[in-house]
Amino acid sequence: MLSSGLTLIFSMMGVLNFAHASFYMLGAYAAYQVGYFTGFWPALFLAPILVGAIGAVVERYGLRTVHKFGHVAELLFTFGLAYVIEEIVHLIWGRAPVDYRVPASLDFTIFTIFTTQYPAYRAFMMAISVSMLIGLYLMLTKTRIGLIVQASLTHPDMVEALGHNVPRVFMFVFAGGAALAGLAGVLGGNLFITEPGMAFAVGTIIFVVVVFGGMGSLPGAFVASLLIGTIQTFSVALDYSFVNLMHLVGLEITSESMFYGLSTITLSQLAPVLPYMLLVLMLIFRPSGLMGNRET
Amino acid sequence: MLTVKELNSFYGKSHILHGVDMYVGEGEIVSLLGRNGVGRSTTIKSIMGQVDCTGSIKFKDRELCGKPAYVISREGLGYVPENRDIFPAITVKQNLLLGMKSGIVNERWTMDDMFDMFPQLRDRSEAPAGVLSGGEQQMLTLCRTLMGDPDLVMIDEPTEGLAPKIVEQMAVLFEEIKKRGISIVLVEQKLTIALRISTRVYVMGHGQIVFEGTPSQLSENESVRKEWLEVTG
Repeated sequence: MLSSGLTLIFSMMGVLNFAHASFYMLGAYAAYQVGYFTGFWPALFLAPILVGAIGAVVERYGLRTVHKFGHVAELLFTFGLAYVIEEIVHLIWGRAPVDYRVPASLDFTIFTIFTTQYPAYRAFMMAISVSMLIGLYLMLTKTRIGLIVQASLTHPDMVEALGHNVPRVFMFVFAGGAALAGLAGVLGGNLFITEPGMAFAVGTIIFVVVVFGGMGSLPGAFVASLLIGTIQTFSVALDYSFVNLMHLVGLEITSESMFYGLSTITLSQLAPVLPYMLLVLMLIFRPSGLMGNRET
Repeated sequence: MLTVKELNSFYGKSHILHGVDMYVGEGEIVSLLGRNGVGRSTTIKSIMGQVDCTGSIKFKDRELCGKPAYVISREGLGYVPENRDIFPAITVKQNLLLGMKSGIVNERWTMDDMFDMFPQLRDRSEAPAGVLSGGEQQMLTLCRTLMGDPDLVMIDEPTEGLAPKIVEQMAVLFEEIKKRGISIVLVEQKLTIALRISTRVYVMGHGQIVFEGTPSQLSENESVRKEWLEVTG
């Protein structure tokens, strides 16, 4: 979901938004703060709206002003914005993690595979992501607003000459992308930890997902996020190494063999690097990404 | 209806138009003639708000110079670009839908009017616009602009690269547009068409208007035609 927001912004406006992960963090903090007064459920709706509104302001008064100086200026702007948001979070909520938890009503295990327990909250996250994505897809392809958004992406001048307020369309798209990131923050913040470093922690992985899925492709980003998520989750739990693989085909690798050290690295040890290895493979064999239609 | 005074336009630092003055009355077809690169397209792009300019552009007594393109479009100016900027990924019908302006009801044209004038578009209404032929794309761009109910349309090189049969269809459409009380500014290379359907013509050279008159006045004025229009080896 985080990646779909980024894809939306990137493909729409050609803006590589470095501050995207910061909107994710803001979502988590907003949910914590709103939830403090109202409980989890209202926060689930209010926090993304709040983050979306912040996104709209950022686009209207920040990005739009630097837009005329080109992509580098935009990049620097979002890069700086990420730091500003992080510092603001420090100022308001401090450096320590805040106590934002999974709601008790969703805090149980739904099923178990490969010795990995699957919590109900993750299923809930998945349900929300899927419905968000389907909703987004329908809105983009079936409604007039979606058509205007799509057309503005490729032919902004023409769409404007037809009497549509393209700058406003861009503002709403940016706000929408920020709101998606915010929603991801609401859902992810309590599953992981809500702390000022969380933006940095997800920052790189969402770019991996976007490139892996294919630049500018929403379904691609979705499939890629599922794929990378599942691979990472299960590989953490799997204690197999190259030695085991060789054992399966009848070869024994002992401590005297060459590369013994390398061969004993287990899949779980590799888990954090796996997405990047996949990314490299993808870039070698299919540079446009899973479902993308342009070269990355 | 449209009055342009002292229009100067710029692409970055290059000065393209040097004080263009022109006028278009209600229900007129006015052609902008001239060789390639003399500023005809730049003139209508400037009026449409897509090129930086100074001077005065008054449409129905409202000043438009410096306004964003969507505001100008909503004032009732339509623009059909030279490069047939259709939206290739969506269907013909969706292209036409995008021509409609939110909040403005089109009383002059319906989608069926478009399909009646160009049956080819009805046959392919559910096909992605990108698969249409050049002529069909030209019709689609024009129809899309008409769906926005403009009072004046500016059309850039509509017949360029089209088969004679389609050019004829276009000429009929221009007459139809005029009949419904819409003014047309036509940028055209083919003199025969321009002279046949225009009420007045302007000839441009070096970013300025060098001749203004009726088609018959232009036909009689051999020196203007020789100096500004004919291409000699």
